[in-house]
Amino acid sequence: MTAMVKAEGVHKSFGAVQVLQGIDLEVQTGEVFCLIGPSGSGKSTFLRCINHLEKINAGRLYVDGELVGYRQKGDKLYELKDSEVAQQRRDIGMVFQRFNLFPHMTALENVMEAPVQVKGTSKAQARDRARELLDRVGLADKAGNYPSQLSGGQQQRVAIARALAMDPKLMLFDEPTSALDPELVGDVLDVMRDLAESGMTMVVVTHEMGFAREVGDSLVFMDGGVVVESGDPREVLTNPQHERTQAFLSKVL
Amino acid sequence: MTDKFDKEPADAKPSAAVSKEGGAIPPEAIKAIPVRHYGRWVSGVVVLALVALLVNAFATAEKIQWNAVGDYVFDSTVLAGAGRTLLISVLAMVMGVVLGVVLAVMRLSKNPVTSWVAWVYIWFFRGTPVYVQLLLWFNLALIFPVLNLGPIYKDEMVDVMTPFMAALLGLGLNEAAYMAEICRAGLMAVDEGQTEASHALGMSHAKTLRRIVIPQAMRVIVPPTGNEFINMLKTSSLVYAVTYNELLRATSTIGSTSYAVMEMLFVACIWYLVMTSVFSVFQYYLERHYARGSTRNLPATPWQKIKANMLGLGRERGAGA
Repeated sequence: MTAMVKAEGVHKSFGAVQVLQGIDLEVQTGEVFCLIGPSGSGKSTFLRCINHLEKINAGRLYVDGELVGYRQKGDKLYELKDSEVAQQRRDIGMVFQRFNLFPHMTALENVMEAPVQVKGTSKAQARDRARELLDRVGLADKAGNYPSQLSGGQQQRVAIARALAMDPKLMLFDEPTSALDPELVGDVLDVMRDLAESGMTMVVVTHEMGFAREVGDSLVFMDGGVVVESGDPREVLTNPQHERTQAFLSKVL
Repeated sequence: MTDKFDKEPADAKPSAAVSKEGGAIPPEAIKAIPVRHYGRWVSGVVVLALVALLVNAFATAEKIQWNAVGDYVFDSTVLAGAGRTLLISVLAMVMGVVLGVVLAVMRLSKNPVTSWVAWVYIWFFRGTPVYVQLLLWFNLALIFPVLNLGPIYKDEMVDVMTPFMAALLGLGLNEAAYMAEICRAGLMAVDEGQTEASHALGMSHAKTLRRIVIPQAMRVIVPPTGNEFINMLKTSSLVYAVTYNELLRATSTIGSTSYAVMEMLFVACIWYLVMTSVFSVFQYYLERHYARGSTRNLPATPWQKIKANMLGLGRERGAGA
């Protein structure tokens, strides 16, 4: 197996605040990689670094063997042009905590938008594919609805379909169920579970320990911008070795 | 259009359901005596009286020849003037909106040169009176007698800077400065998450702006733009100064030759009111169009409201009988 995501000493600061202080980890192709930790631990920031929504200050970050946001020639780094960054992002799907669906487009148009605009797929083809994807997330009958006419759980499933429409090789989930009513969480997790079973490489920032235990292949516990503990989710969640992990899990489980 | 409205009447009688479930006594419809609003009646009478006095004052004023107003409303000179007012307003507004969007994007750009250029433009054109700007354009030939754009174009400035051109440039470039600020507010009102989501899908800056941000900004931009256009219809009367023969100039010319000065100003008022009123209706539909997705159900158009009310009445009667 090859590493889909590889982080080497990744640092990130916002002004004087050090958010990431040296993250080293590898996400293998085809695995579901869960990131847990208290708020402010830097897990969401790290996720956003993977598709270059945030620029890292030090270290190296690779996706599928390619340096994210930079080109290395000899020992010099060159910033990539916006168009090259956009090119890298095509293959990385992202799902946000607040859905961020385009409110002026119907569910179907949301899913069609990127393939048509970025890949130049024909509208007819994109529409067929979008219907297929909406069907896959269980929302075939909501294709014509605007996001404001959908529940949070439905919006998040449309958002997942929208990301899948670009046929990504990696999916990033930024607390996808944190903004949802408890009873709507299950539908979204079901879709993610299906996606995991289909072999998609997924990096998931989550507070859903049940999901991490059941679906996760690896788990990392972050705190204060560093990886505190990592390993098999069932191991770490049931038998945490580190004091900080024990304290965190005793509060959330 | 993708209008969606409920096929079922909004006021589906809930009382029936309650009585079935409750089982016991069906709740009686409340028949209370409404609060009397004497103040409304009093103010209504006062206002009517004042309006009557005002109308009477104008109607009986001996110096006003009302038939002159009637005679000249559809006079061909007046109509042509109104047409030119509309033409110059629409063209100047189009120029203002297009340039305004460009300036707003420049101003918000990360490129310091473009944002500085936009800032200076807005500073100058917003900082000087539009009347002065009109005169500056009109008199440009005083300092540049020949317009020489190198190999592209060369002509006498007086031939280029016709009253129409001076009016268009004066109004349009001034409007652009105001539109730039309105557009900037609209662009900034769009949630940052939208840009992030679009970038995460691999869309470029330009596509994100055109497909995602601007359509959403329009909802914020359209109402003040409508306001600007109504303002423009009226501000266009200033181009009187550059001898462009618009509505005010057309009516004043007639007024000064026929000694019906006030009458012709009334005629001008009538046409300004007609134009602003017609536009207000147009604006309502434009706002409705850009409300897509921001409200669950689009507000009904006046015609739909009338239809719904008629249907509602019919059904209620049917149920009662």
